[in-house]
Amino acid sequence: MAIPGQQELTQLENFMEGIWKQNPVFVMLLGLCPALAVTVSAVNALAMGAATTFVLLGSTLLVSLMRNFVPKEVRIATYIVIIATFVTIVDYLIAAISLELYEALGAFIQLIVVNCMILGRAEAHASRNAPIRALTNALGMGLGFTIGLFALGSVREILGSGTLFGVSLFGPDFQPWVVMVLPPGGFFVLGAWLLVFNWWRNRTPAATGTLKPAEGHSHG
Amino acid sequence: MSGTQVIAAPARTSSVAMIRTLGLVATVCGILLVLTYENTLEAINANKRIALERAVFKVIPGAATMKSFYATPAGLVPGEGPMPEGAMKFYAAYDGQGGLKGLAAEAGAMGYADMVRVLYGYDPATETVNGYGVVSHRETPGIGDKIIFDQAFLKNFKALDVRLNPGKTGLVNPVVVVKHGTKQRGWEIDAIAGATVTSRAVAKGINDSAQKLLPLLVPHLEQLQAGG
Repeated sequence: MAIPGQQELTQLENFMEGIWKQNPVFVMLLGLCPALAVTVSAVNALAMGAATTFVLLGSTLLVSLMRNFVPKEVRIATYIVIIATFVTIVDYLIAAISLELYEALGAFIQLIVVNCMILGRAEAHASRNAPIRALTNALGMGLGFTIGLFALGSVREILGSGTLFGVSLFGPDFQPWVVMVLPPGGFFVLGAWLLVFNWWRNRTPAATGTLKPAEGHSHG
Repeated sequence: MSGTQVIAAPARTSSVAMIRTLGLVATVCGILLVLTYENTLEAINANKRIALERAVFKVIPGAATMKSFYATPAGLVPGEGPMPEGAMKFYAAYDGQGGLKGLAAEAGAMGYADMVRVLYGYDPATETVNGYGVVSHRETPGIGDKIIFDQAFLKNFKALDVRLNPGKTGLVNPVVVVKHGTKQRGWEIDAIAGATVTSRAVAKGINDSAQKLLPLLVPHLEQLQAGG
């Protein structure tokens, strides 16, 4: 089911949406709570991204399969139950894989349930598309979110702890810039990334493609 | 936003359809959850056991095996199942030959940001705390988290005096924090400069735990030495 008035995207475009044109972190600014809170290290960022992607894929599949049976009055309730289920599953899985990781991510695993990106995808995409298309889009969104988190987490770990993936980069004389692993550091790094990202998008009009405002003033 | 509403709105959806949908979704989700729970339970418990063993062996060097116990006013019972009323949990560690190497228990108190939970080792022979490790904390990185690695602070737990009074109702001297660099007596903990609140949480946690646990435990040491 395509949205009327909009061209059917190819599978590749559909997949790339989340990675570039509608990147959840850098363009839509969705799910910022975990994006700021858990990205004190690259490993945390990747784990959080993977967990969110898993929830996104699982809930997208179920929502898409059920899209013709769910009465619109109860659709939000249905989506929330489905999303909450996958969040609980991922919670168990992470605890089974590594307790250390589980403790590092803390309450933010459970809080994936309120990540508006996931409900947004269920409502805006999965409930209107067949499973394959919906999953492709969700995978792109999940990867885009993971890339966003990793961009934050790696920079914060390098500056705040002088390490990347726990490997020391600068030797013992490095004085860590501690504020970077504290909450304000999350805002600093996110702000810097948004600056870079928006500058890049405005510099290369070709890459912005069919973005809504792009026709109007990309060369202005 | 773009285009018309895609879901065609029929006159009204019957309540039955809504209940059926929600019921179906809830059932499917319930089954998924139970399956996941059943299949991960073993791995999660194994992970917890390994993490706990590692933590206990860290505070009791030389230990090879451990058992958990509940110390209750009526005596010691194996630490399985739900904790009895008024009991304290602790761990007894043994070396390869089955000799008692030491005891460990968890302690916690409110720190600067959240509960600071530590594990401490108790040596019955010298009546001291002789091991220490942080279980969990949310203290400020670079300040409060020095309780994990600050060498001067760790030295406090080489032989921290926790002798019981003759009546075996509590410690002779409560464990207290003193200002950095002024530790003189065995039961004092030398605070980390700049992280007094966190240091105090560690001391309060150990003091509260030892005051309650040791009176319950010490009278039954022979039982533990015999292997529980």
